Amino acid sequence: MMDFKRITEQLNLRAQCQRYRVPLLQCPQFLFLIMGIIIIGAAITAYLIGMRYIEDPEIIALMVLTLSVILFIFTYIITISFERLAEANRMKSEFVKIVSHQLRSPITNVSWAIDSLMSGALGRIQKSQLEYFKILKENSSRMKELIRDLLITSRIEEGALPIRKEKVSLVKVVESLISEFRPFAFASNVKVEFDFDKDLPEIFTDYHQVKVVIENLLDNAIRYIKKKGKVKIRLGKKETDIYFRIEDNGIGIPEDDQKYLFQKFFRSKSGEKQGTGLGLFITKSITERLNGKIWFESEEGKGTTFWFSLPIK
Amino acid sequence: MPKTILFIEDAMALQKAFGDILRKEGYKMIPALDGEEGLKLAKTEKPDLILLDLILPKIDGFEVLRRLKENPKTKKIPIIILTNLEDIEDINKALELGVITYLVKASYSPEGVLGKIKESLKE
Repeated sequence: MMDFKRITEQLNLRAQCQRYRVPLLQCPQFLFLIMGIIIIGAAITAYLIGMRYIEDPEIIALMVLTLSVILFIFTYIITISFERLAEANRMKSEFVKIVSHQLRSPITNVSWAIDSLMSGALGRIQKSQLEYFKILKENSSRMKELIRDLLITSRIEEGALPIRKEKVSLVKVVESLISEFRPFAFASNVKVEFDFDKDLPEIFTDYHQVKVVIENLLDNAIRYIKKKGKVKIRLGKKETDIYFRIEDNGIGIPEDDQKYLFQKFFRSKSGEKQGTGLGLFITKSITERLNGKIWFESEEGKGTTFWFSLPIK
Repeated sequence: MPKTILFIEDAMALQKAFGDILRKEGYKMIPALDGEEGLKLAKTEKPDLILLDLILPKIDGFEVLRRLKENPKTKKIPIIILTNLEDIEDINKALELGVITYLVKASYSPEGVLGKIKESLKE
């Protein structure tokens, strides 16, 4: 009874493929099925050809059998390889998810303790101590962001990124992020300008996800300006979409790197050594999940412009 | 009379950090380090609001939430979830059980959570 249950589970292709979280063409069970059909087709074809040109039925049978066995061995090798690859991929994703989740709690605890100290709730902070608290806060925020990026990436790969839509004012999101990034922009000698169309409507989208998208683009725009520079942000409406545009006069992206820009873990040769290389992969994945589009233009040494559009409804 | 907040959270670090902030804002903070203690204190102290983590020792957060909502003495107390779980199934489950808001710790600062508490207590 147990064996029958296991067999029927194995025959449930859809469930097996979902388990690996790979496209159908990389799913070992699906490939096995396709190869099976190919083997049957090859055997029938060999038989028909044999019948036409060979008289001895034993030779035909031997030929068909040999061909089937060879194809079956190839199928087995290919399927096992894909299965191992899919399983390794699944375990890697699972590992990243578990570790990121476990790391999140102690880092949140540290971050909140630092916030509590810096708020003055336990007494005034000396000027000499403030610098150290700022270092602690900056680095714990960085760790939180890295873990967030790993977790988001893991969810994107599982197809399990939660989306909670509500009415969002993109103008307010951008203004709040510009305010958050003000110290970083000041320290980097970068001026951030923002303008937007009058009467821009609110859009129906996920506030937290769209904030991540704009935050990644703004962070990159400031970070990749190496001398005194400017970042210009524009929000506009066109028909049924809102358009966001961010332009910087930074180092730009080398032409050879541009086609890989949105790939996971890709970091341009000219870019920062820090970071996971997940920012733009996440930005693109989220934008598309929110039914939007993202694109860019860049020239090395001159700067980069990113656009994304999101539907209003 | 200061408003009372019952904070059901097993991480001592958060109890301490957030407790100091709440007290500075004039709230009375009652700590509970596990689900069982949380349920007991909810009945005896009758807080104005409950902050509830979902991963708790002894009785987990969802069970605590269910029992709070079933008990006539505690069902009207507003509950805010404060957790690091952010799967959509967990969020929906908590909202269906009647929480007023669901906050992911890693996405909020203590000031952010304080803002939500003030909103919920209509201050």
